[in-house]
Amino acid sequence: MIELRRSSEWQNRMTKSMTIAVAMSGGVDSSTVAAMLHATGAKVIGLTMQLWNQRRLAGRPGMAETVAGRCCSLDDVYDARRVAETIGIPYYVVNHEARFERDVVRPFVEEYVSGRTPIPCSLCNNHLKFDQLLGVARQIGADAVATGHYARVEQDLESGRWLLKRPADRAKDQTYFLFGLTQQQLSRSLFPLGDMTKAEVRALARGHGLALAEKPDSQEICFVPGGEYKNFLAAYLAEQGEAFPDTAGELVTADGNVLGSHGGIHNFTVGQRKGLGVSTGSPLYVIKINGETRQVVVGPENKLYSGRLVARRVNLIAVEDLDCPMRVGVKIRHRHEPAPATIEKIAKDEVLVCFDDPQRAVTPGQAAVFYDGEVVVGGGWISAS
Amino acid sequence: MGNVYLDNNATTPVLPEVLEAMYPYYGEQFGNASSIHHRGQETRAAVERGREAVARLLGAKPSEIVFTSGGTEADNLAIFGLARPGDHIISSRIEHHAVLNSCRQLEERGVQLTYLAVDAHGRIDPDDVRRALRNSTRLVTIMLANNETGVIQPVEEIGKICREANVYFHTDAVQAAGKIPLRVQEIGCDLLSISGHKINAPQGVGALYVRKGTPLSPILFGGSHERSRRAGTENVPGIVGLGKAAELAMKDLGKNGSAHLGALRDQLEHAILEKVDLAGANGRGAPRVPNTTNLYFDYVEGEALVIALDLKGLSVSTGAACSSGAIEPSHVLTAMGLPPERARASIRFSLGKQNTDADVAFAAELVPRLVERLRELSPLYSQQAALHPSRLA
Repeated sequence: MIELRRSSEWQNRMTKSMTIAVAMSGGVDSSTVAAMLHATGAKVIGLTMQLWNQRRLAGRPGMAETVAGRCCSLDDVYDARRVAETIGIPYYVVNHEARFERDVVRPFVEEYVSGRTPIPCSLCNNHLKFDQLLGVARQIGADAVATGHYARVEQDLESGRWLLKRPADRAKDQTYFLFGLTQQQLSRSLFPLGDMTKAEVRALARGHGLALAEKPDSQEICFVPGGEYKNFLAAYLAEQGEAFPDTAGELVTADGNVLGSHGGIHNFTVGQRKGLGVSTGSPLYVIKINGETRQVVVGPENKLYSGRLVARRVNLIAVEDLDCPMRVGVKIRHRHEPAPATIEKIAKDEVLVCFDDPQRAVTPGQAAVFYDGEVVVGGGWISAS
Repeated sequence: MGNVYLDNNATTPVLPEVLEAMYPYYGEQFGNASSIHHRGQETRAAVERGREAVARLLGAKPSEIVFTSGGTEADNLAIFGLARPGDHIISSRIEHHAVLNSCRQLEERGVQLTYLAVDAHGRIDPDDVRRALRNSTRLVTIMLANNETGVIQPVEEIGKICREANVYFHTDAVQAAGKIPLRVQEIGCDLLSISGHKINAPQGVGALYVRKGTPLSPILFGGSHERSRRAGTENVPGIVGLGKAAELAMKDLGKNGSAHLGALRDQLEHAILEKVDLAGANGRGAPRVPNTTNLYFDYVEGEALVIALDLKGLSVSTGAACSSGAIEPSHVLTAMGLPPERARASIRFSLGKQNTDADVAFAAELVPRLVERLRELSPLYSQQAALHPSRLA
């Protein structure tokens, strides 16, 4: 078994008398966390959240007859249960389907039909993993929740604030999805993989004798089988007995010239080039989606760049408030290197981001997360304006 | 960690006498009950002794007992064995999933279903059965005692209505057998299901009472076992165990063992409800089997309470588990009209023969303590406490 190279911050925070609930998804990362923590002598309880019933939409048009998605699949619950048995910890599945539907699935559907491109993982972290699950953990006597996220939590001894920091393995950095965590949530969260690379995690899993050490990573949105979100939207709305909103409209240029028509704004995302249904001499991109007029604005690539954005429903982590403009790096999608920018508070929970250099495809519905080097300052949701 | 088991409606431990009776049939007494030779004959005799014991428990004739793999198969055999496309079946919203999902499957196959509602105590009104009858009604399937609340249904009145209407009546008695006396003639049923592992016999064996003359079609096809009503080599040790458990249950009921169980249950219920406010027993207003109480604790997530209790060594349960093992909202409590929050705040305690005063005392001390801890962590409870300090004092 490999040893950790250095004493980690999360280890300093742990004591032998602590009881820790591990959020187990049935994947390598969270399974390894459970094994690692158990090996420290801490009392560990495995919890898996049942969030979505894949059978609900199976067999509807565009959806497979059999259960196809990853989220809460019986295979994953089986894997998590086997890991818990292997390392010898109590294990429970807790049902949060109702909250998941209300706080993640519904908003996901509504964002798409309003012409935005949502990120359900952040909503799930904010409303389920670090809210509901942390609540259950506390109720069953656990002091903290540990997850397999690649991120770090530290307390700033000067300010007393809990800091969220980028992990050692930059390729696996998940801080972008964690910007919504409150101080209280962070104070009760452990991310034991923050100092490790994925390769080290797999090696550790092998060392602990976990059968799933080579299990592939999951990439897609867990409740949308095969990433076919349009089929999911249609099947979900049909199941709910709701009509798929008619959002067909015009394809226009920035100056308002109508180039053609489209079948619905949910088919588009900012920066998209393929499938526009019009051809001109030069390549066209989706520049903007106007949910109210149902217009999809297209234009040449240079029109995709914007120098500023407004982030709403901002959560600040490293600082209590933004009293004056601050120099940061801003990440506008998961696979994006933080771009130098100045952030400034313009209203309660609202921040204006001015980039040093214009950024490509700023997409409403995604998050803008502010970084000061390693440290996550905070973040918010990119608004449509 | 303590180790007190109050989840006997889920399963019961096999009694030592039962295990002892079964044991030879795994070893030197092996044989196939269909064989001609002496081994087969001795095995056949053991199966028939088991059949007689089960028949005695139910007040039936031995030839009216069909052994199955358990309560679920007995329910399936009763329902699928009678229903034909175009028929109408009357059931209820509080049935066990073995009945409910069989009925739902039949709906896909062209059978009409009526699911009767229950009152706030979880009881079906026999008049509702009468009102739901149609010319095409083939079968009424209503459980005897509910697995979650223990509430006993007015099966004798329902049986009478069915006889008058010339409709077959099946009752799932899985949670009633061994807990209250059962006489199929008094109930007036044509079919009645029981399960071995709910009465201290092993898992994997059950029985269906089939009144003589009931035109039941098999659902498994093969040999002519069980008078061609259930193909497949008999689970001989299981049947022997079920027979022994039925015999012991008869003896126990004769000695008024259920009164003892009822006293323990009442003691538990009183002790907990005395210490915890904003709590109560679901279905208490109706007759219940003596071993079951279903308690709600407002502002508590039943799921979290069950886990917290397990971690402290008390095994209880809530609702029904879905395939992943997560808890689903109880269809029984919802049908009784409990608001969703209270249905989620409910947990079931079910006692068994092995439980003692000490077990009850352990639970009566632990449950109020954990309910208090869970409420302290509930934002909603804190709000209520601030708004109505007197009510939550």
